Amino acid sequence: MRFVDEYRNEADARKFLAAIERTVTRPWTIMEICGGQTHTLIKSGIDRMLPPDITLVHGPGCPVCVTPLELIDKAIAIAHRPEVILTSFGDMLRVPGSATDLLGVRAQGGDVRMVYSPLDAVKLAEKHPDRQVVFFAVGFETTAPGNAMAVYQAQQLGLSNFSILCSHVLVPPAMEAILGAPDNQVQGFLAAGHVCTVMGYWEYDPIAAQYRVPIVVTGFEPLDLLQGIYMTIQALEEGRWGVENQYARLVTRAGNLPAQRLLSQVFEVCDRGWRGIGTIPHSGYRLRPEFAAFDAEQRFGVEDVRAEESPLCIAGQILRGLKKPHECSAFGHQCTPEHPLGAPMVSSEGACAAYYSYGRAE
Amino acid sequence: MSDQLPASSFNLQCPIPISDYPVITLAHGGGGRLTQMLIDRLFVPAFGPQPGGGHDGAMLTLPSPATTGGDQGEFRLAFSTDSFVVSPRFFPGGDIGSLAVHGTVNDLAMCGARPLALSVAFILEEGLSMDELWRIVRSLSRAAQDTGVSVVTGDTKVVERGKGDGLYINTSGIGVIPPGIAIAPSRARPSDLVLINGPIAQHGIAIMSVREGLAFETTIESDSAPLYDLVSGVLAAAGEQVHVLRDPTRGGLSSTLNEIAVQAKVGIHLNESSIPINEEVRGACEILGLDPLYVANEGKCLVIVAREAGERVLAALRSHPLGRESAIIGEVVADHPGRVVMRSRIGGQRIVDMLSGEQLPRIC
Repeated sequence: MRFVDEYRNEADARKFLAAIERTVTRPWTIMEICGGQTHTLIKSGIDRMLPPDITLVHGPGCPVCVTPLELIDKAIAIAHRPEVILTSFGDMLRVPGSATDLLGVRAQGGDVRMVYSPLDAVKLAEKHPDRQVVFFAVGFETTAPGNAMAVYQAQQLGLSNFSILCSHVLVPPAMEAILGAPDNQVQGFLAAGHVCTVMGYWEYDPIAAQYRVPIVVTGFEPLDLLQGIYMTIQALEEGRWGVENQYARLVTRAGNLPAQRLLSQVFEVCDRGWRGIGTIPHSGYRLRPEFAAFDAEQRFGVEDVRAEESPLCIAGQILRGLKKPHECSAFGHQCTPEHPLGAPMVSSEGACAAYYSYGRAE
Repeated sequence: MSDQLPASSFNLQCPIPISDYPVITLAHGGGGRLTQMLIDRLFVPAFGPQPGGGHDGAMLTLPSPATTGGDQGEFRLAFSTDSFVVSPRFFPGGDIGSLAVHGTVNDLAMCGARPLALSVAFILEEGLSMDELWRIVRSLSRAAQDTGVSVVTGDTKVVERGKGDGLYINTSGIGVIPPGIAIAPSRARPSDLVLINGPIAQHGIAIMSVREGLAFETTIESDSAPLYDLVSGVLAAAGEQVHVLRDPTRGGLSSTLNEIAVQAKVGIHLNESSIPINEEVRGACEILGLDPLYVANEGKCLVIVAREAGERVLAALRSHPLGRESAIIGEVVADHPGRVVMRSRIGGQRIVDMLSGEQLPRIC
């Protein structure tokens, strides 16, 4: 398949692996930000093809994984209401809340539907004026423009039966939280290519300078990742820091300006809780006051829902790269994809699920 | 026949702890790990193991009737059943009627059996259009004729509006297993080769392409087709050297291969770049974030044969219209028993696990 096979080619992969091997002289720890990157690394076996001196740690870039438990509980509380159609992307449906998950709510009679675009949820609201349609708006900068557009369209259409449960998070503050932690081990980053298609990469310059780390904007195909790792290792070995762009076929320095304009029109930056990490200042989006009518938390009065996470789950340490999934005592025993204790075991992008599905248990 | 009686005594307590799954979820029907759990921990304790062992159909050995001469000993029947709830009922490449024939005759074919007769039971919802029922019945009848199988008995029930999704169909079938055929998942042996008769994941993607809320423009059609003719060519080419036949329907290629690996206590090694897949199907899977190894097929047959018969079987498959794109996709190995391992396109290795729950499209 064109534009895919070119980036999954064994001969080129071998060349990059050989170049990485020639370049590396001592141990390095690199974090890939995005869960999609984690999956490619493990699905294609790259993690086991790299020289042993390179340690990859799996970052917090899985939107499902970092959505706080209490937000899932809020979604579940809303989904139980008879007038509500709760819509969500597929992989949010299996994330465990305190007592059940959204698929469980559906099995008990709740109207929970999977959509492929937030705009489909707006259409649903138009089609069912007698029902309240709520979209569970999670994700990083990648999904935020689509969700902002849904709210904008609902406003233009004058829909009073559409709202979003908003839990948007932002990458750069999370990187700063990781780098600023006293136990940080990360020496270089593969930045999330898709986030940068929207936001560009100018935001990363101050981070690279302040913490003296190389940050390479990296794509999602096996060869993208190998090249991103190679570029990061070259910079580390030469003692360079700064931002480089491996994913130049899609990412520009400025990013997608119309999308950014829409984001600042609909959302404003706020402090946000991250599952397993805690609250990070200025790390998320909430609706601007002029769009408050579309805020499901206010509409359904669930602002005060609180939740306790399982004490066994070490998702926070995994999302900060301090531990690998198989180092968790619950991994594969109390915590499996059928019985996840934490979100990283649920989402197809979660590091724990990746380790479990692709046999990194041993 | 005593081995067909329930293996365990009557048990008052549900063997699946209620606290784990107080209600049935869709994932229990997904063909993956939860379906397997339901079978292993609820149905098998209640009904006892299947004669012929965890296969698409049961194999029954019956004494030959006296009228056929008595001293011929015994003959073998395959018996299978399947229910059809597909939505939408009409999809590119087929409909629920043709699927109801293909699903059950293929389960029989995977036992090495020539399908003989089918029963058909309809559960109809009040309000279903008569015209639609007629189209489905005609399609079912045509599929049965094309397959050379007779519909010999049936049943009809109508439920109140709102109590069913328009129409459900159950078919059961029997077939005769010719002498000299010994197909069983447990017969997979190290060094055997794994073949498939063409590109994977077409049925699942064709259905998804017309589902409400996802409809995308595509020319992808379901691969739904009757496989006995193809299978009989394979059996004629290699007889007892054909060790396993399975149709990777729900749960896809990976779930079926995992079941075989567990049942035969062998490892299976796949080569990703050898697995045939249509470009459009691959594209749809990439966009939706689905792994084609877990997507359903309805006209595919996995064949595990002794290595020396591999080329012969490949030629037999390719000479059939339903097998033009057949390929050898892997081998059975003694290492990692119970596990399926795949060599990725870039030369890395990963374990291909059984699907747990439904495969859900990703956020981004």
